[in-house]
Amino acid sequence: MKQVGPERPGCGGLSARPGAGCRPVVALAGNPNTGKSTLFNVLTGLNQHTGNWPGKTVLVAQGVARHRGRPYTIIDLPGTYSLLAGSLEEQVASDFLCFGRPHVTVVVVDATCLERNLNLALQVMEVTDKVVVCVNLIDEAERRGYAVDVRTLADELGVPAVATVAREGRGVAELLDVVEGLVDGTIVTRPRRAAYAPEVERALRRVESRLAGRLPPGAAVRWLAARALCGDQSVLCLLAPSSGSDETVVVSLPTSVRGPFTQAENVPAEGRVSS
Amino acid sequence: MTDRTGPTPPRDGANAGCGTSDPAAFEPAGVATASVTDQLVGSLYRRAEEVARAAVTRHGRGWDPTPVIDTLLTSRVTGLPIMLLALAAVLWVTVVGANYPSQVLTHLLFGLEEKLTLLFGALGAPAWLHGVLVLGMYRGLAWVVSVMLPPMAIFFPCFTLLEDLGYLPRVAFNLDAVFKRSGACGKQALTMSMGFGCNAAGVIACRIIDSPRERMIALLTNNFTVCNGRFPTLIALSTVFVGEGTKQVLGPGLAASLAVVGIVLTGVAVTFAVSWLLSRTLLRGVPSFFALELPPFRRPRVGQVLVRSLLDRTVFVLTRAVLVAAPAGALVWVLANTSVGGHSVLAHLASFLEPAGRLLGLDGFILTAFILGLPANEIVLPILLMSYLSGGTMVEAESLQTLGGVLVANGWTQLRALCFMLFSLLHWPCATTILTVWNETRDRRWTLAAVLLPTAVAVVVCSAVAHTGRLLAALAAG
Repeated sequence: MKQVGPERPGCGGLSARPGAGCRPVVALAGNPNTGKSTLFNVLTGLNQHTGNWPGKTVLVAQGVARHRGRPYTIIDLPGTYSLLAGSLEEQVASDFLCFGRPHVTVVVVDATCLERNLNLALQVMEVTDKVVVCVNLIDEAERRGYAVDVRTLADELGVPAVATVAREGRGVAELLDVVEGLVDGTIVTRPRRAAYAPEVERALRRVESRLAGRLPPGAAVRWLAARALCGDQSVLCLLAPSSGSDETVVVSLPTSVRGPFTQAENVPAEGRVSS
Repeated sequence: MTDRTGPTPPRDGANAGCGTSDPAAFEPAGVATASVTDQLVGSLYRRAEEVARAAVTRHGRGWDPTPVIDTLLTSRVTGLPIMLLALAAVLWVTVVGANYPSQVLTHLLFGLEEKLTLLFGALGAPAWLHGVLVLGMYRGLAWVVSVMLPPMAIFFPCFTLLEDLGYLPRVAFNLDAVFKRSGACGKQALTMSMGFGCNAAGVIACRIIDSPRERMIALLTNNFTVCNGRFPTLIALSTVFVGEGTKQVLGPGLAASLAVVGIVLTGVAVTFAVSWLLSRTLLRGVPSFFALELPPFRRPRVGQVLVRSLLDRTVFVLTRAVLVAAPAGALVWVLANTSVGGHSVLAHLASFLEPAGRLLGLDGFILTAFILGLPANEIVLPILLMSYLSGGTMVEAESLQTLGGVLVANGWTQLRALCFMLFSLLHWPCATTILTVWNETRDRRWTLAAVLLPTAVAVVVCSAVAHTGRLLAALAAG
């Protein structure tokens, strides 16, 4: 098991271009204790111990899953409640999604407290369209008297949703089918995002336009703007008058995200094998 | 679900950016950032609520005992006693459970040693070869496997079960207030708990603490948590020096496990004390807030935990034994059998360290064993036994009882056993942990501090205990 920073997400780390012989990158996001690491183990066949305590996955873990003979790079992000960068974990997860641009993001949600978990799912949907919601612990929810209608959930969100019991491997094959569909483009999502008040939209657009020239291509401008509005220092730094050229932008990015850009030219060996 | 959330303070770690721009920069544009943030987050929450309401239906029946259990586990009155009971129960199971397999293994492995000796004799191998390979390497291995492996193989799965169940965050919740008062982060309870498995793992777990100051406190004090490599030592000595005497009164194992609980709690107390001291001297600052989610209890996958942690542990311990105990055993044999000026090198070393050992309530051989045991705490007791046995005291050590015999024959008293256990609890970290501290801090001074700080504590505590003990003994005699 390799513990890596987000700087080596296979060869797909930079752009959301699937195909081209690259191994698709699939990120697992979710609140702490929703069974992300359990799912990660099931997907990658790694038998790493998964503890039942929040904060266990501090860094980003990486592994390979195979589905129908096709390899996927699976990234296990630290558990977070939000992508608005309040803690180190949130920043790592948010930066990875905004700059690393995985091909597909699986948002693992806890079926027993869906509402709170959906907050993160909605935030991820702000960053990317290629989202699938994995409603985990569905058995536990049923035991406690909750019925989660996955189809309604998918309709409401406009992205696919799959019910799973990761520790028993239930629903994992369906989940990978959906991931495959998203990578190949056979499944197209129409995310129904949260509607912001007009003044929020205006503020977002203003910050977006100021950010636009200062970001590498492919970065999730809208969510970075939202982070800036919420006072995220690392994004605000990008707007500082001093950071004029692209060169400085790269340097002033937090170290956790610097990797993908600086390595843009020399793609990691792992990625080159298949390209 | 229980959420205990504090306000999010300005963070000194992740968001330390350029510091030049701030949200206020947007205010001239006519938008008050705070209200925009609220509206943005509010929209997300409202949408989440809408979606959840559409997708989730409640069908009455269904029972969730989590809140009730949590009230018991985290209340001021019952939380702490339950925690102590859980610890005592796990240790009791370990003490009682390890006894029999330990005896069987000792019998088996030392029986094999005799066979090996016969084989070497039959092949006409030179005495030194037999010494290095059989009396050194093999015997070192045999001690580690027979004395150390059984308690580990029982303790670790028990601990993992508690972890899987979701008990650790409750421990963190219970201890949060005390850590706060020590000027440290409540999450340190989690890193401390991981330290029970392995201090190196505990040191790595310190990454979950955001504030560099608090992370350093957690890192420097993790060593005071008894790790898997030291539990067997403590258990063996408690069984011999505490358990035997009280067998009739308290039943086998109970007194011994209580003694180990006492040592563990001493370690926790020292953790608090040193954290307090550090947060008022070298690492001054105010404890930060954090949100701790008490995860739902999950039925642990008992079979999987048992098989995995047992197998993984066994493989791990055996590998470590081969890598560390075998060469150490060979080294001890060589040191014990190379004489300079009429005495063996080992005896020279021991007599050189004797005054320091005396000061700490130990002896020269014990200190030598602790120093040679730097690579892994598992091998300290085995090295010590080998040193004693090679010193001419020919005792056939076949079980924990005879282990006691070896020690008593070498002048051990209950006071010395206590000092040994305290020194084992408090002394410098093992090489793996030191390397991990270096990897995590990349700072020579902090790594050095991680070695010197526990050593200093060990010296102070052990010499105080030794002197008090001797004084009391003198008073009782006079």
